[in-house]
Amino acid sequence: MEPLFALLVGALFAVSIYLFLSKHIIRVLMGVAILGNAVNLLIFTNGRLLREVPPVIPVDEATLQQAAANPLPQALILTAIVISFSFFAFLLVLGYRAFQELETDDTDEMRVAEPVDEEAPPLGY
Amino acid sequence: MAAPDGMTIIALGLPFIAALVAPALVRRLGHNAVWALALFPLFVFVRFLEFLPEIAGGEAVTGGFQWAPSYNVSFSWFLDGLSLTFALLISAIGTLIVFYTGGYLKGHAQLGRFYSFIFLFMGSMLGLVVSDSFLMLFVYWELTSITSFLLIGFDHGREASRRAALQALIVTGLGGLSLMAGLLVTWNITGVTQLSLLVGLGEEVRASPFYLMALILLLGGAFTKSAQFPFHFWLPNAMEAPTPVSAYLHSATMVKAGVYLVMRMNPAFGDTVAWETILPVFGGATLLIGSLLAIRQTDLKLMLAYTTVSSLGLMVMMTGFGSEHAAAAGVLYLVAHSMFKGALFMLAGNIDHESGTRDITRLGGLRKLMPISFLAAMAAALSMGGLPPFFGFLSKEEIYYGLWHMDAWSVLFVLVAIVGNGLMFVIGFAIAIKPFLGKEVETPKHAHEAPFLMWIGPATLATGGFLAAVLSPLFHRFVSSPMVSAVTGRPEEITISLLPHIGMPLLLSLITIVFAVLVYLKLDAARAAIAATLAAIGWGPDRGFDQFISGTVRLSRRVTKFVQPGQLDIYMTATFAAVAITLIAPMVIFDELPALPVWPADAEIHELAVILIAFIGLGAVISAKDRLTAIVSLGIQGFAVALIFMLFGAPDLSFTQFMVETLSVVILALVMTRLRLSPADHRPTGQKIVDATVSIACGAGFMLYLLSVTEVPFRSYLSDFFIAYSKTIAHGANIVNVIIVDFRGTDTLGEIAVVMVTGLAILSLIRVRPGWKPGMLAENDPDAPRQEKK
Repeated sequence: MEPLFALLVGALFAVSIYLFLSKHIIRVLMGVAILGNAVNLLIFTNGRLLREVPPVIPVDEATLQQAAANPLPQALILTAIVISFSFFAFLLVLGYRAFQELETDDTDEMRVAEPVDEEAPPLGY
Repeated sequence: MAAPDGMTIIALGLPFIAALVAPALVRRLGHNAVWALALFPLFVFVRFLEFLPEIAGGEAVTGGFQWAPSYNVSFSWFLDGLSLTFALLISAIGTLIVFYTGGYLKGHAQLGRFYSFIFLFMGSMLGLVVSDSFLMLFVYWELTSITSFLLIGFDHGREASRRAALQALIVTGLGGLSLMAGLLVTWNITGVTQLSLLVGLGEEVRASPFYLMALILLLGGAFTKSAQFPFHFWLPNAMEAPTPVSAYLHSATMVKAGVYLVMRMNPAFGDTVAWETILPVFGGATLLIGSLLAIRQTDLKLMLAYTTVSSLGLMVMMTGFGSEHAAAAGVLYLVAHSMFKGALFMLAGNIDHESGTRDITRLGGLRKLMPISFLAAMAAALSMGGLPPFFGFLSKEEIYYGLWHMDAWSVLFVLVAIVGNGLMFVIGFAIAIKPFLGKEVETPKHAHEAPFLMWIGPATLATGGFLAAVLSPLFHRFVSSPMVSAVTGRPEEITISLLPHIGMPLLLSLITIVFAVLVYLKLDAARAAIAATLAAIGWGPDRGFDQFISGTVRLSRRVTKFVQPGQLDIYMTATFAAVAITLIAPMVIFDELPALPVWPADAEIHELAVILIAFIGLGAVISAKDRLTAIVSLGIQGFAVALIFMLFGAPDLSFTQFMVETLSVVILALVMTRLRLSPADHRPTGQKIVDATVSIACGAGFMLYLLSVTEVPFRSYLSDFFIAYSKTIAHGANIVNVIIVDFRGTDTLGEIAVVMVTGLAILSLIRVRPGWKPGMLAENDPDAPRQEKK
């Protein structure tokens, strides 16, 4: 199954980065959302795949007796999903506010921090 | 290394203590603090005076303590005739400068700070000349550059002052780096890090293949510090500093650090063709250029500054000439120069201070108004001109004695010396005669004699020049001879005295004087001629410095504009291109590409269907033409991923993913509908191609990476740990949950904190009053003039 997953992960990355490279913040934001999935699936596949058996220890056993999915990537991803969601929500609101204030969603026109006509440094002493 | 003796350590640290207490003393006592402050350098002077008999007996005193023994670095000093003479000059002239400053800057608001800088410099300079270890020498060397920067820029309100300070710092600072490199190469050649050991290793140094490299690097330090051509330009500019600084740092002591270094290195590096060519040629060029440029000036301080340049050239030339007499001449001239030039600078300051101008063409007839200054100036000028009965006479006789041989090379340098000495003679007398003799001229201020504090310094130095000459046997025994012995590395004895010997040197002296008198009579014409020549050349290192600085500023601006164009998509493209290269390049270069994958035979139809849905969602996101499609297709790929988690044994992930995707879609829909943003892609085709290339390369990189990783066997020991201990230690059956809340509990706490912080940030973003207008940032600009609130 892993090669198929690798293909899917590659596609997720490619699409998300393609969206990232846009000048429109809304597309950049969609790229952020997809990037989260891409990274999560990358971690997930790194820990190898196993079908349908969750890593839960039966009531009367001390450890897992049968093969189960790798628990470690799942724990990492669970953290990552929540973080990337809160980050995504923050960026969405930030983009929303930026649009309200600057009246544009084009990153080329968002030049408050690095203005186009920035003064040259003084040549004196 | 002898045991450290406390008094010497105190003497070396005392100037720094004085620098600490000077501002407080000045604040409390006003300018009367000068009496207390003068005690500090006086103590140092007396302390070093105590070494005189021992050093005169041919001993060298070392002492100190280990600093970092594992690197063979010590804090140690090395006193022989050379360093002791320097230490005495620094502390003696330092004492006089403390007095002089009290008069010159009386009532100045920053007098305390000025004293502080002067003492910092004094401590650094003392440390420099007594340093034994290379590291200490370098540290003190740099400290003198820094304190010189502070003192030149003391009047930092003026741009000329700031420029001069920066220029001096850059030139001498670069020289300092060169010195450090030179010392490291020397260390590499000899394996010693102490000057006291180095002077005995001349054979080894000269035989080394790295000799020339070490020599050039060391001379890079010495020549910048001692303002040798073509690095001479910073010294006249340093005259922007208050006059006490010019007298102390930029004539009597600091600029001689380079000469000190050359003299110190002479036993180890001297006596080679390179040494005896580079030093006389650069020294001689500096001598000629400095004295010619001095004639050109009409400002008293600038005239003196350029003659200082030429004097430094003369010292370097004599040190490198290669005979005992030449070295002796260098030594005698150094001592004489410190006295007469220090005195003349202070006198130029007196004239400026009392009459309000230091333009020589606007001065005259001050002799009756300033009799003591006049006498001191005459004495100093006689010494500078090399006339008896002053110490300068001895040094000039010795110069000609050292230079005179019957070969073309020597004759050339005799000529150089005659011209240089003659022109310096002219300047010396121009300064001593022009302002004082002749008709009284109206000056901006009505002149009268300078206060005691301001004439005691020059008078003492001028008297010193006289006494040293009259008592020359005594002076030679205790000062000159030990110093020359240190320079040549062999015991030497200087015998020259005021009694003139009939011979070539005396004749050359007479020629010099005749030449000088001729130039003096035609001074205005000579000045005009040199000014015209300079105007014709039209470029000098000083302008070159400006071009260098503005060129650097422009270059850095261009580089900044290039790497930071201020466009997000360019930053992003650069970042992801780098990511793609980092992923793919190593695999290609080291031939580690994964094997061609085979179609997974065990893939079941529903799994394939879910993956296909994910692909469809991705495709739809890219090609969406309206908002709804974009949002829905974004949701599709998200839910497909959630399903994949479900199918591959991760129900917790799946639930979370479902919730998160749902919420994301809802929020995104809210934002998008409110803003009426167009989801369609407006990129031009060329841009699309570039972006697609970068993103596909990145995607391929990640795919290849994942294929390579999954090709090799899985090492599960980390996961095994959690599986083994989840129930036995942490008492939980769901291993994923146990990892999150137990094994990695702190991490989860951090994650919760992040979520909370973003929540707060979102809240504050939404609550901020809308209505920002361009230009509102200026309201928060602290430099902008404050506006009254209505």
